[in-house]
Amino acid sequence: MAVKHWALKKSLWVYHVNTGACNNCDIEVLDLLTPRFDIERFGMILVGSPRHADVLAVTGTCTRQAMPRLQELYRQAAKPVVVLAIGSCAGAQGIFTEAYHMGSPVDETIRAVDPNAIIAYVPGCPPKPEAMIAAVVKAWDVIDTL
Amino acid sequence: MSVPAIILTYLAAAAGTLLLGLAAKWFDRKVTARVQYRKGPPWYQPVADVLKLLHKETLVPSTGRGAGFLIAPAIALGATALAAAMLWAPLFAHEGSFLGDLIVVIYLLVIPPLATILGASASGSPHAAVGASREMKLILAYELPFVLALLVGVIHSGWTLQLGKMAADQQGQAGATLYSISGVLAMIVAILAVQAKLGQVPFDLAEAECEIMSGVFVEYSGPPLALIYISRAMLLATLPLLLILVFWGGLKLTLTGVPAFLGKYLLLLTLVTLIRNTNPRLRIDQAVRFFWLGLTPLAVLAAVLALVGRYKGLSWL
Ligand code: SF4
Repeated sequence: MAVKHWALKKSLWVYHVNTGACNNCDIEVLDLLTPRFDIERFGMILVGSPRHADVLAVTGTCTRQAMPRLQELYRQAAKPVVVLAIGSCAGAQGIFTEAYHMGSPVDETIRAVDPNAIIAYVPGCPPKPEAMIAAVVKAWDVIDTL
Repeated sequence: MSVPAIILTYLAAAAGTLLLGLAAKWFDRKVTARVQYRKGPPWYQPVADVLKLLHKETLVPSTGRGAGFLIAPAIALGATALAAAMLWAPLFAHEGSFLGDLIVVIYLLVIPPLATILGASASGSPHAAVGASREMKLILAYELPFVLALLVGVIHSGWTLQLGKMAADQQGQAGATLYSISGVLAMIVAILAVQAKLGQVPFDLAEAECEIMSGVFVEYSGPPLALIYISRAMLLATLPLLLILVFWGGLKLTLTGVPAFLGKYLLLLTLVTLIRNTNPRLRIDQAVRFFWLGLTPLAVLAAVLALVGRYKGLSWL
């Protein structure tokens, strides 16, 4: 395991993107920072700028308004970057698939920019914080192959 | 000392400060986590952060000026490393300092924020521009009380501007500057100014994560961000040294002196961290008013008390 992979795994900085979530997933993301889960144990912190991010925590259905912005954010992030599609909405637009204001699902939107993007899915409505941590651990395996 | 020996010493001091800085950064985050009833990051966290940033991509915004944007973090790092080296020299050997090195250190410590402003302005981002303008006002606000507070130390040690001599003087008959009324006042002012110099809460308005998205650093990524991270860690390690040298008797290389120095160092670091954790961010106008109308008169009072004490022979003043 190269130093590069070790360092990236131990220090994932998270940028939180809301692409039209009902705010429930966002609350669960914030739960990760609380004393109960404290993801800083694994070196993860929430950062304010996509340029600093290693993980884009995307919540929400990716509406037509949010689509180009999500793509722009992905372009702005310094690679390598992992995308976490959090919640059923971000996974496959959930119950809103048929709605008039939908863009494409999060993974398709990101793949339109970068076909090789690393995307981890966290199903649930909203998913538990434990599930998000488990998703990050799965993303570690992919980081090792970079 | 010959020139190569001096250069080697300075390089060793800079490298040592880097390690100390990363340790201080971890200490800061760990104490923060404990204050919030969290477990906090493992001890190698800052090392992992820096290594990770060094391996990431460097992005230069299309609206920015590449050269100024990329060179600014290097300038900040250089100035911080030099200031750190100039503080270590008088700590270990009182002859290791030259006349007026206090003034040089004060100048060097202004360079990192100036470089930050340069980089932020070169990045062409409106968030960074807001951050840069706040940083500029903040420098204007804290620099005067900071220098006035250091002046108290200068007066106490008989108008010497040589850090080595100041430390030697405090280790002699006179006692540390801190153990006097003016010394305590000056220390309070200096610690708050240090807080602003470090860009820590309550004076972190230049980065203000939740309103201007880490402001001055918003466009940095990869290696330049690593340089910023390192230079800020080094600044965190360096500024307590300056306070100890000027106000608290420096380092005595004896069996009791070294633990005492370490204790003082950790105490100052903890204090800075606790101030950061127990205060909300100030608005820029509040911060400027706080420094100009609150701390500057306090620092002037301290200087006057120190002068009276010096010429009336009252060492407790
Ligand atoms: S997955 Fe459920 S909780 Fe999350 S944003 Fe969608 S509707 Fe809300």
